[in-house]
Formats: sequence, C-alpha cells, structure tokens
Amino acid sequence: MTEREPGRLLSLFVWTMCVFLLAPVVIVCVLAFGGSGYLQFPPSSYSFRWFEAFFGDTRWQQSLLASTLIALTACAIATSIGFLASYGLVRGRTRIKKLILSFMLTPIIVPTVITAIAMYFLTAKIGLIGNVVWIGACHAIVALPVVLLILVAALQGVDVNLERAALSLGASRARVFLRIVLPLALPGVLSAALFAFLASFDELVISLFLAGVRAQTLPVRIWNSLHMEIEPVVAAAAAFLIGVTGVVLLVDAGLRRARPKAAART
Amino acid sequence: MTRPLARPSTSTAIWRDPSLLIAPALAFLAVGFVLPLVWFFVATLSDVGSAAEIVALFSDTITLRAVETALVTTFWIALLVTLACLLVGYPIAYYLNLTERGRFVIVLFCIIVPYFTSVIVRTYAWMVLLGRNGIINQFLLASGLVEAPVALLYNKIGILIGMTYVLMPYMILTLYAAMRAIDPSYLRAAHALGASRLFAFRHVYLPLTLHGVISGALIVFILAIGFFVTPALMGGPSDVMIAMLIERSVEITLDWPAAASMSLVLVLATLVLYAIYYRVTDVQRMMGHEP
Repeated sequence: MTEREPGRLLSLFVWTMCVFLLAPVVIVCVLAFGGSGYLQFPPSSYSFRWFEAFFGDTRWQQSLLASTLIALTACAIATSIGFLASYGLVRGRTRIKKLILSFMLTPIIVPTVITAIAMYFLTAKIGLIGNVVWIGACHAIVALPVVLLILVAALQGVDVNLERAALSLGASRARVFLRIVLPLALPGVLSAALFAFLASFDELVISLFLAGVRAQTLPVRIWNSLHMEIEPVVAAAAAFLIGVTGVVLLVDAGLRRARPKAAART
Repeated sequence: MTRPLARPSTSTAIWRDPSLLIAPALAFLAVGFVLPLVWFFVATLSDVGSAAEIVALFSDTITLRAVETALVTTFWIALLVTLACLLVGYPIAYYLNLTERGRFVIVLFCIIVPYFTSVIVRTYAWMVLLGRNGIINQFLLASGLVEAPVALLYNKIGILIGMTYVLMPYMILTLYAAMRAIDPSYLRAAHALGASRLFAFRHVYLPLTLHGVISGALIVFILAIGFFVTPALMGGPSDVMIAMLIERSVEITLDWPAAASMSLVLVLATLVLYAIYYRVTDVQRMMGHEP
C-alpha cells in the first residue's frame, strides 16, 4: 500500500511530538545526576550526590519502605481477586459481562479526590490512618481495573479448547484451572501484578489523605517537597520512580515474548 | 458444620458457571469503594437536615462565587485539554497505523513511558521545565528571544501544558485502537475509484474513526474534569478547578457539607459522561487495551 506511506510533514510533526513526550522524563533523569547545588540543564558536572542524599536520608528510606509495603499489599489483593474475576468474565455465562466490567472500571473514572475523601472519612472513623496494610487495600481498589484490563485480554488469548480437552480426558475443573489455565495465563498474571504494583507505587491522591505522618509514600513526600522549595533531591526521588516504571515496562516486554511460547509448549 | 457436604456443591456451582468467580471482586468493590462513597454522601448530607435543607445547601453551594468560577474554569480547561489532545493525538495515532515496525516501536515507546510514569513525577518534570528559572526560560533568555522570563508556570498555560501532557496517551491509545480496526481495503477501494488522498481521508477514513474520536474525547474529558494533582501544582491562585476546591473544603475550611455537595455534582457529571462512553465504546478497549 504505497499510497498510505506517512507524508513528510506528518512524520516531522510526529517526531517533534515524540521529543515533547519523552523529553520531560529524560530531563528529570539527567537532572538527578547533576553535580551542582541547584537544578541546571544541561548539568555542568555529574555526580551521584542526590541519589546518595535520597538513599541516605532516613525520611526518604521510610517513604520507600512504606511505598513498597503498600504496593505489595495492593498488588497481592488486586491480582488475586482480579484474576478470578477476569476468568469469570471471560468464561462465565453471564449476559451482563460488559456492564459488570464497566462497573469494575469505575474506580479510575470517579475523580480520585472524591474516592480519597470518602475513604478518608471512613478511615478516620475507624482509626486506620497511616496503617500500611489498610492503605494497600485502598490502593487495590484503583489497581483492580488495571489488572482486569490486562487479564481479560490475556485470558481471551487462552484457547478454550485446551480446557475442554483436559475436561474430556477426565480432569476436574479445579485441576484444569490450576494445571491448564493458570500456567497459560501466567505471563499475563505476572504483567498484571507488575502494573498493579506500579499503580499503587505511583499513586498520590489516596495516599495523601490516608498516609498521616506514619506512612508517607514516595509520591506524598515528593508532593510535600514541591509545595516548599524544589530541592534537587526530589529529582533523584523522581528519577527513582521513573526507574521503577522502566523496570516494570522491561519485564512486561519480556513477559509478552513469553506468551506465545507458553501457548506453544502445551 | 456440614462442610464436607457444602464444599462439593459450591465448588461444582463455581465450575459449572465461572461467573461466580467475579463475586469476590464485586464484593471488594462494594465494600471498599461504593460503601465509603455512599456513606460519605449520606453521613455528611444527613447532618444538614431535611431534604429541603439539603436542596437549599446545594443551590447555595453551587451558586457561590468561588464554586461557580471553579466549575466554569474546570469546564473550559477540560474542553481545551481535550481539543489539544485530539489535535496532537490524532496525527500520532494515524502515523502509528501507517508506519513500519521499527518506527512504530520507537513512537509507541515515547507514548508508553510517560503513560506509566507517576503523575506527580510528570508534573514535577514540567514544573522544572516551565518555572521562572526553569529550563525553557533559561534557554529563551540565553538565545535572546526574550528579555525577561516568560510566565509559563502557576497560570492557565501551565495547567494546559501539564494536563495535556498527562492525558495525551489516553487519547492516542484510544484512537490507535479505533484506527487499527479499520479495514484498509475501504481506503484502497476509494483510491481505486479515483478519490484523492485528501478526499479519501475526509470521506472514508475520518468518518470511520469518528467513534474513536468520541470515545477518546470522552475519556480525556472525564479524567480532566476530576483532575487534581497537576492543576494544584501548576496552576495559579486564580485557576482553581473543582477537584481542588473539594480538597480545600476538606483540608482547610473543614466544610464537609460543601465538599459533599460539590463532590456529588462532579460524580454525577462523571457518571453521566461514563454512561455515554459505555454506549459508544467497547469498555474493554479503555485506554487502548486490545480486546
């Protein structure tokens, strides 16, 4: 289809916009390695001093720990119930699948500020402000839609005939689920878990209301710093979060490659 | 307990119709999401008094100068951000559908990396870029294009740039999915019948992508009217969006009834738009996920 090659003007526009899309992320990473006492681009010298300041400060360490614990909790809850729900949605016989899925996606549609205030209203009443496991459970609400979108697609790629074949050969439903569905869907499940972790690790608004002083996550601490003077150590914290995103995307790319292989093996 | 008897019967029921596996997630959302929201509205509004008093509170809150201004500001910013995302996102999605594999991967990379980067990090990045002593002003001053720093942050320009940047991937991925579904033989037929590129684009391609445009615009607009982080950090004192006003009435003025009535307006507006989105889109394709 030679007539559908992108024109030169379109290419120029698209590549300019790609610079616009990627530049902010790249610049933050470069700034984090700057050597001088203030933000300067391009930096006149490079060093690890802001990363040393970030990893050396006990308050940032506490934030890192809180963020990790919260994200692990959210990831565990969202992935497990999300996996079951996705299987139910894909293989189930209910006629209102679309409606159920749309309902389960509303946590990303309803403005997070309102969700966060409602959760805060409840959390304050039961005295769980600053409780890491509780915040993780609240994050699982907004991580669940991410899990569903990934896993519904992944499970639709699992051939239902493989399940039928196992059933006809006398395997129980539970055995089919554990020995056929789970291994075939595993790369998708791992992807979903990674993005659920990331959704919680990057979440700001709910944490802002529920963190109190005890469980200030990395995004909350960055938010607090941005309301004061912008110190370069924030660049290191931001670059760290970008690094986590990078790792998640890389592992996900690897898992995507594993998907067809997993199907071929069976 | 009759466990040995009850267990096989429930497990058989689950396996006969796996839809039952949806139940834990539904229960979790009901308890963790719907219940807090409903309770927040009921508890704060029932403190106000009778139904008539609640209605009075609503009309009082909505007609407050600050709230009215915030609603208008929110609407305009969301509209402008949606248009900006559409104007920039459409050509990019179009390009993604035409180009060969190598370039496709690079362009997609440039969209996906910011998409999965924390909103607070993306906002911070633009604050560093747009600030009075920010990188863009440093560059403009050094090049002699301007003599004094340009105000790009803490005003509407800052909000528009920041929000467009954050919401752009949603638009591009939605449009890309819609364009991918178009059968290329339609365009080939148009060309074979003598249509020019422009004519084929306007009368064949554009109408076929219209539902993508509508769902992309809806999702960006829905997310924009409830946006909090970016406008709170990048806006000036006069650029208050409704989500910021809700946060302030909880955190600063402790006016829970006002927060609840503004929240209810925003939630209802969001849900109505989401219902339209539901009608025009396959929800499974939300954010460009491949069904």
